[in-house]
Amino acid sequence: MLASRFLHPILAVGLLLITPSLRAETVLVAVASDFTRPMTEIAATFEKITHHTAKLAFGSSGKAFAQIKSGAPFEVYLSASEKYPLELEKSGFAIADSHFIYAIGKLVLWSAIPGYVDNEGKILTTGGFKHIALADSSHAPYGVVAEEVMKNLGVLDKLRPLFVMGENIAQTFQFVNTGNADLGFVGLAQVIDINNGKLGSGSGWIIPDNLHGPFRQMAVLLKTGAKNPAALALVDFLKSPTARSIIEKYGFGLPE
Amino acid sequence: MLTADDLETLLLTFKVASITTLLLLLLGTPLAWWLARTHSKWKSIINALVALPLVLPPTVLGFYLLVLMGPAGVVGQFTTWLGLGTLPFTLPGLMVASVLYSLPFVVQPLQATFSAIGGHALEAAATLRAGSLDRFFSVVVPLSKPGFLTAAILGFAHTVGEFGVVLMVGGNIPGKTRVVSVQIYNHVEALEYAEAHWLAGSLLVFSFSVLLILYTALRTQPVAHSLK
Repeated sequence: MLASRFLHPILAVGLLLITPSLRAETVLVAVASDFTRPMTEIAATFEKITHHTAKLAFGSSGKAFAQIKSGAPFEVYLSASEKYPLELEKSGFAIADSHFIYAIGKLVLWSAIPGYVDNEGKILTTGGFKHIALADSSHAPYGVVAEEVMKNLGVLDKLRPLFVMGENIAQTFQFVNTGNADLGFVGLAQVIDINNGKLGSGSGWIIPDNLHGPFRQMAVLLKTGAKNPAALALVDFLKSPTARSIIEKYGFGLPE
Repeated sequence: MLTADDLETLLLTFKVASITTLLLLLLGTPLAWWLARTHSKWKSIINALVALPLVLPPTVLGFYLLVLMGPAGVVGQFTTWLGLGTLPFTLPGLMVASVLYSLPFVVQPLQATFSAIGGHALEAAATLRAGSLDRFFSVVVPLSKPGFLTAAILGFAHTVGEFGVVLMVGGNIPGKTRVVSVQIYNHVEALEYAEAHWLAGSLLVFSFSVLLILYTALRTQPVAHSLK
């Protein structure tokens, strides 16, 4: 049912043609670094169920985008934003209309120090810290959303001189985790304890969605993967209830 | 064209590279001299340590520095005890990282030059009752000019081109720790390819000019054969 909504008719036919020769294949996936933890588990489950293999390359969405446009052999691309997959469809590197939202990003204002960040984010107004880390808003989706939050709270200009910027959300997390930045905006998936859904360590404020624009993370099937059964299976699997429950477990929101 | 931000990063880069080169010559000269002359059993260990930054991936080196210089790290606790605070995300922190990262590029050419100076010239100077410092400055330094030139320019150029370490330790702060290599990377990531080309082109022209000057200068030096 989902498949018919998202798969291009030609692809669906292609899938039918391939199906009789079901073999274990390998799919190469470019994954936004914020989705590292859930995707690792999704890939393991995917391999167990379908016997295909998903090889994952983690990095910033922008880097993967540039690599794909330069002929990188990725077959499925999970971006942290909507911009890049749509652009790839437009420029013909991705299969037309194959894009879909796989998760809604959740942002946390987090500190490695327990009790440092209150659960309403008042510390952003009261201040008293030396450095606040965020992903670079010139290209990282998490940085863009973090700046929107600060803007909506009216503290953006006041805090800007305290910014330290990570190249991607993983590096931003390292700045905060090593204590070099007192606090910072990181992804919920990076700090969540999946056993109880609470923060694994330190202290944080899970930022309400109404403080920033929609943070939809989009995936797309690339031209290189159009005929790879493993790529098609992975795209379907990402929309399955099994994958959705993993995505939710790591603190992401789910698309409707 | 280059934007105001681009120019700012270029100026900052040259400032960091100049000061780093000075520090490296000050620290690297005695170290290279010792390595060239000593028969100590520590020589191999120190040689290996000096060469390590060549082996470690810069982002890995940067990550270790981030941990070591952070509030929980040994260096971080020491600098905090000194009342300096922690070093990451500051200009001095960037320089400490750059000195470590470019150390082999300065120590190794100097060491090679010093090793090539025979004991005879120094012995002759000693019979003329020149003290050891005097001997160093009136005999070794003039004979080692090409070595110093190579060391200084390689140290400078290598610091200008560093990326992984400053990305980790610097925190990408505009006007404070955002150097030209990070700025180019940002342009590329933000899909601002035209801006990236301009800045990368400027850096390329600059680097080529520096190396050209170095090799032209070395050709006119009489003792250039002492270099690799």
